[in-house]
Amino acid sequence: MNPQEIDIQHVAKLARLTLTDEEATSYQKQLAGILDYMDALGHHDLSGVEPSAHATEIYGALRADESRPSIPRELMMANAPRAFQDQFQIPKVIE
Amino acid sequence: MSLATASLTSLRQRLASGEITATDIVKDITTQIESRNGDIGAYLRWDPELALAEAAKADISLPLGGLPIAIKDNINVTGQSCTCGSRILAENYTAPYDATVIQKLRAAGAVPYGRLNMDEFAMGSSTENSALGITRNPHDLNRIPGGSSGGSAAAVAGDLAVAALGSDTGGSIRQPAALCGCVGLKPTYGRVSRFGLVAFASSLDQIGPMTRTVADSALLLNHLCGIDPRDSTSLDETVPDFTANLGQDIKGLRIGLPKEYFIDGIHPGVRAAMETAIQKWQALGAEITDISLPHTDMGVATYYILAPAEASANLARFDGVRYGYRSPTATNLMDHYLQSRGEGFGPEVKRRILLGTYVLSSGYYDAYYIKAQKARTLIRRDFEEAFAKVDLIVSPTTPGPAHKMGELKDNPLQAYLEDVFTIPVNLAGLPGISIPCGTVTEDGKQLPIGMQIIAPHLQESRLLQAAHAFEVG
Repeated sequence: MNPQEIDIQHVAKLARLTLTDEEATSYQKQLAGILDYMDALGHHDLSGVEPSAHATEIYGALRADESRPSIPRELMMANAPRAFQDQFQIPKVIE
Repeated sequence: MSLATASLTSLRQRLASGEITATDIVKDITTQIESRNGDIGAYLRWDPELALAEAAKADISLPLGGLPIAIKDNINVTGQSCTCGSRILAENYTAPYDATVIQKLRAAGAVPYGRLNMDEFAMGSSTENSALGITRNPHDLNRIPGGSSGGSAAAVAGDLAVAALGSDTGGSIRQPAALCGCVGLKPTYGRVSRFGLVAFASSLDQIGPMTRTVADSALLLNHLCGIDPRDSTSLDETVPDFTANLGQDIKGLRIGLPKEYFIDGIHPGVRAAMETAIQKWQALGAEITDISLPHTDMGVATYYILAPAEASANLARFDGVRYGYRSPTATNLMDHYLQSRGEGFGPEVKRRILLGTYVLSSGYYDAYYIKAQKARTLIRRDFEEAFAKVDLIVSPTTPGPAHKMGELKDNPLQAYLEDVFTIPVNLAGLPGISIPCGTVTEDGKQLPIGMQIIAPHLQESRLLQAAHAFEVG
């Protein structure tokens, strides 16, 4: 795969990551190499094979819909990089 | 002799007889950490006062009463930081709850003591991807301990811990156990709750014990398993006493050797150790059969699509809002996300998030992600067919002994290929163990070699029985 075929800055934006120009060039090249290796999946016939999301078959594991005590609010808020009046603070989103 | 060098099983007997106290064990481990961690770097943090206080209160009549267990730094313990080896969690995060495995260990009387280094978010096989410190192999300080549970393996092998917890997504318990010469068990997917384990790839992650002996592994596993309403993938299965079969012989046990795992490119020392091991299995009464797992060559590619895809979703939670690193310079919300994550994550984590995002993005989903899920079905079926003919499967854990530090640093693909023998076990959700099976001499140092044993779903008792027979035989 030609590394130029990967729009690395687009992928980085989808992933919410800033990349420097050097990082972008280096990841673009490495990803192309890794994706070439993924062609190993073409060595076997996959037609008609069901995909597996998990190794074990568990479907719709539900627990009882009951209220339970949660972690105290002050403990959760203590980890906030920035908080204001018991709320998480983020940069302004509405002008 | 420092109590830090003993096994859990022997310490338990000496505690019961009154010969030693739980605080004696913590003191000896602390002395070992303080004298040797500077060289080995297994621990990121340890709090002797807290451990001594907990040990003094421990009820030694409980099955793990007063036994200190070191914890990989991706498992939450109330009031302690949980960095995952990442800058993004090095500040602004104190765990507000105990992981289920920690609750279970405490209920069995154990004392969680110390936080162990790891590849950032468990992504890596050398612990060199930790943003917070270097961990070295106790057998040769110029070599890697393996990873991602490299701190756990180095602590146990270097006599800095009696036992530890690790986590295994593609081999992260078994591979470092092999390279450091200890016992590492990955249970069946669903056996152990992951509630409180920071998620990497949720369809693959399992927590397991890393110990000096197989008996210790069984003892610790007894107190990790069970269904948990807080992990929807945990299995509602009876948890047997995993120590019950230890000591029983293995006459007539059918062991399969997959031809795809004995390939060119295996280190000659590993090959020789496996040949000796096979003779030992036969001497113990096992029947050896050649088997085939024909889709093994798809394992690494399948894993490095599925695991990064799941990771790219799981790691979306690190947004710099609720906990963890927040970039100080962003002025709008988009820049806040881009910069907090771009500055907080290290190079391997970014590489895998990018890879995972790419394979899930529009236009590539079918070509990579769905294809990999199909390959996963074939890999799982390989094992089902093999286990119709044999009771256990045996292979090397790794193609070679521990690499030198930095050797694979600039070649991520080559580093990924190191996981070739451990990955299929995670993809199929099977239990697997690595136990020591010899050494190879490199640069005048004896380096451990690990043998992997794989069992069918939920057959940990059989796995441990055979591993124990081999260990003591």
